[in-house]
Amino acid sequence: MKKIYLDNAATTQVDERVSKVVKLYFDEKYGNASSLHIKGQEAKLALEESRHVIAKSIYAKDDEIIFTSGGTESNNLSIKGLAFSNPDKKHIITTKIEHDCVLNACKWFEGRGYEVTYLNVDKEGFIDLDELKSSIRKDTLLVSVIHGNNEIGVIQDLEKIGKICKENHVLFHTDACQSYKKTELDVQKQNLDLVTLNAHKIHGPKGVGALYIKRGIKITPLVHGGGQEKNIRSGTENISGIVGFAEAVRVAKKIDIEKMTKLRDKLINGLEKIKGSQLNGPSGNNRLCNNINFSFEGVEGEAVGGYLDAEGICSSTGSACSSKSLEPSHVLIAIGLKPEQAHGSLRLSLSRFNTEEEIDKTLEVLPKIIEKLRKISPFEKIINRVIK
Amino acid sequence: MMYSKKVMRYFLNPKNVGEIKNPDGVGKVGNPVCGDVMYVYIKVGKKKQKGKEIKFIKDIKFKTMGCAAAIATSSMITELAKGKTLEDAKKINRNDVSKSLGNLPPIKMHCSNLAADALKKAIEDYEKKIRR
Repeated sequence: MKKIYLDNAATTQVDERVSKVVKLYFDEKYGNASSLHIKGQEAKLALEESRHVIAKSIYAKDDEIIFTSGGTESNNLSIKGLAFSNPDKKHIITTKIEHDCVLNACKWFEGRGYEVTYLNVDKEGFIDLDELKSSIRKDTLLVSVIHGNNEIGVIQDLEKIGKICKENHVLFHTDACQSYKKTELDVQKQNLDLVTLNAHKIHGPKGVGALYIKRGIKITPLVHGGGQEKNIRSGTENISGIVGFAEAVRVAKKIDIEKMTKLRDKLINGLEKIKGSQLNGPSGNNRLCNNINFSFEGVEGEAVGGYLDAEGICSSTGSACSSKSLEPSHVLIAIGLKPEQAHGSLRLSLSRFNTEEEIDKTLEVLPKIIEKLRKISPFEKIINRVIK
Repeated sequence: MMYSKKVMRYFLNPKNVGEIKNPDGVGKVGNPVCGDVMYVYIKVGKKKQKGKEIKFIKDIKFKTMGCAAAIATSSMITELAKGKTLEDAKKINRNDVSKSLGNLPPIKMHCSNLAADALKKAIEDYEKKIRR
C-alpha cells in the first residue's frame, strides 16, 4: 500500500535533488574544509557557497550564519550562548507554546538563578504584545518567540515583536524551524537578532541546521575545539549535510506554498464538516500553509492516528515528541483547550509532495474512523445528543 | 514506543464492544482528563457444579474512549473474563492482560491496570446489588 505522508511537521521526505548532492559530498567530495589541499578547498568552497544561499534566503550577510546540528542545538546555543556572554542579565522572556528545546533550556536556567516569563497566548495562539512590552525589564537577556508553531501552525507577527524589542533594547530570537521557506522571514524587516533554522523540515537532511547571529552579538560557544564556524561552533563541518541544506533551500519555491495552502484549506473545510470537530489554531494567512490540527469530541487522538496508520496515512497527535509522555500537549492547554479536548487532537501536516488525491482519500477515510471510534466510546450517546 | 502485533489486532478489531441492556454489574474507571475512560458491563449466570451453585460471567461487553492500548486491553479483559467464575475473574490482574497482548510498552501499563480495575468494579457492583 502506498503511504500517504501527512506528518511533515515531524520531518519531510528528502528531495531527490538534495540526496544527489548529499551523496556527492558524502562519497566523493569528502574533504575537510579546514585542510589546505585541493580536497579541503573543494569542501571549503561548498561550505561558503551554502552559507551564502542560507544567508540570502533570510536577507542576512554570509558571516552572520553559523551551521549547527539542527534546531535543538541552534535554540540551545542562542539562549545559553547569550546567557553566558551576559551574566548580569538574569531574565528571559519566552512563550507558553515554544518547542520543548526552548522550554527545557529556559527551565534549566530557572534552576540556576534565572527568572523566566512565559507569555500567554490567546485562543488562536497569538501572544499579547502589551504583555510582552510590560514584561521587559532592565535585566532581560532576550525575548524568544517561536515563529510558526509546530502543533497549531500559528504564525506570530515577528515584525511587531521585533519593533518592541528594538525600542526596548532587548535581543530577539525566533525559532523558525517550521516557518522557514513557508512564510516570510526577513531578519532586517523583522529586526531579528538570532534565528534558528533547520534542514529536515524542508526536504533536506537531518542533523543539520543553522543559527543566524546578527553582527556584533556575542555568543559564548557551547562546544570548544578547533575553532570552526567563527569559533562559535567547533567541530569538523558536516559538509554533505550543509550542501544538502542549501540545495533544499534553493529548490523550495513560492509556488509550493500556494499548493500547500490550497490543500490545507481543502482538508480543513472537509474536516470541519465532521460533527463535534474543532480546528485548533487560527485560520487563514496567519496559519502555516501546511498545518492542520483538529480535536474530535469523544475520541482520543492516538487512537485516530492508529486507525489512520492502518489505512496507510501517517499523522501525529500534537507533537510527536510528546508522545513519549502521556501529558496533553502544552500548546493546546495554552490556547485554552480542556485536557479531554487536547487528548482528542490530531495533527496533519503537508509538504509540496502531497497531492489532491491524497487529501480526497484522507477526507474519505477520516470521518469513518471518527464514527467507528465514537461507537466504541462510552460517550457515544452524549456526543450524539450534544452535537446534533 | 511500539505496540505488539497483537495489541494492534485487538485495537483495530476489538471484540465484545457495546453495552448490555439491564446489566448485572457495571464498572466505570478512568476519566476524560487523563484521556482514558472504560465502562465494562457484565451479565452473571449461575450453574451447578458438584452440587454447589457457582456464579460465572455469562456475558461481558465494554465501551472505551482512549488510546490503542486502552481499547486493546478493554477487549482483552472481556475475552479473559468471559465464562470464568466470579472468583476467578476477580483474580485477573494487569500482568495477565499485558501478557495476553504480547506485552504493552511500559508507559502504557496503566491501561492494563484500568482494564483489570474496570472488571473488578463491575463484579463488585453486582455483589453490592445482590447484598441489598
